[in-house]
Amino acid sequence: MRQTPSQTVGPFYSLGMTRQPMNRLARDSMEGEKIRIEGRVFDGDGEPVPDAMIEIWQANAYGRYNHPDDKQEKPLDSSFTGWGRSGTDRSGIFSFETIKPGPVPGAGESLQAPHINVTIFARGMLVHAFTRIYFSDEAANHADPILSSIKSKERRKTLIARREDQDNRPVYRFDIRLQGENETVFFDM
Amino acid sequence: MNLTPYKPRDWKSHPPYRYEGYKSSIKRAPLKRLVPLKQTLSEITGPLFGHETVQEVDRDLTRNAGTGGEAMGERIIMVGRVLDEEERPVPNTLIEVWQANAAGRYHHEVDQHNAPLDPNFIGAGRCKTNEKGEYRFVTVKPGPYPWLNHPNAWRPAHIHLSLFGPSFITRLVTQFYFPGDPLIPLDPILNSVPSKSGRQRLIASYAHDVTEPEWALGYRFDIVLRGRQATPFEESAR
Repeated sequence: MRQTPSQTVGPFYSLGMTRQPMNRLARDSMEGEKIRIEGRVFDGDGEPVPDAMIEIWQANAYGRYNHPDDKQEKPLDSSFTGWGRSGTDRSGIFSFETIKPGPVPGAGESLQAPHINVTIFARGMLVHAFTRIYFSDEAANHADPILSSIKSKERRKTLIARREDQDNRPVYRFDIRLQGENETVFFDM
Repeated sequence: MNLTPYKPRDWKSHPPYRYEGYKSSIKRAPLKRLVPLKQTLSEITGPLFGHETVQEVDRDLTRNAGTGGEAMGERIIMVGRVLDEEERPVPNTLIEVWQANAAGRYHHEVDQHNAPLDPNFIGAGRCKTNEKGEYRFVTVKPGPYPWLNHPNAWRPAHIHLSLFGPSFITRLVTQFYFPGDPLIPLDPILNSVPSKSGRQRLIASYAHDVTEPEWALGYRFDIVLRGRQATPFEESAR
């Protein structure tokens, strides 16, 4: 059977997908470093995109996904789903309150640097795009097999969220450029 | 760990990011070459939504506005199955739907189309597939509505659907259309799908076996998500 074709989320997606806020993954009781991720989505003219939607999927602080196919012997907190969703506002801003993920296994014996998996939807996007958020203060980025597979060092930078603490709280800034000179790296997977 | 990756995105089925006829895609389409990513644990796992996520009333858009009243319009029953590429059912997966009302207007501040709002219709619903991958919604048939893509542009009647499937990589958002709609050949969003068979697969079929006498017409729309590849990849247990 052939895959059902994708279509755009259109301008009214919030009706079906973001009427309830779903961008707070972390609760105070959870283990791990509480972080905020904030960014803006821009189009090819550098204009903010006010009708995009970002979804994230991540491991917990130990590097385990809350999913039956992750059979690692690491602690699992069932109240941390690892999934969140944020629309963009008039200025193209999205945000998440979450926990910094731990490293997860990659191909073979390799270990992937801590990262968050991202899906981007928008009016005007006929198919969603996949990207990843890495963290600027992680030494493990240098050895990450996925980051290393991106030939251009300049382009790799588009996947690194910049740590900018605010009020002693860790905030990571991650802007998404759909098009243009500094277009974010999107994956075919 | 011994895990099986998913088949690639079928780019003969999916639209390109940039489609000339759809104006909004021009400045929002990624244009650089996508970077190939070999699937890891990060891609083949994904969010699971428990049964507490949905309530029975969520699947009846004619009655879920919370007003106690019933929506205006042509009542319809939409059913279908969610399958993977090997025709295996995808059970317990969340489906979210949203749509315009019978007059062709969305319950959304951005929609300024001069058509009446229906206080008894929000136009959003959700349900989970059962063990056989089946779903069922009751709603009203959405109306066509104008948009600004080109002169005298009208979207054919359609319902938006969002699906997750078992992993991060199986995610799909799409729209389905109604058979016989004269606006279908004129719609750039549907026509962005490169193959005729792909476009055909976005049109629901009338289902007389689903139609209930003296009550509502039935439509069937099956959805196919990415399936697993034949061979697993190996990872050491950590």
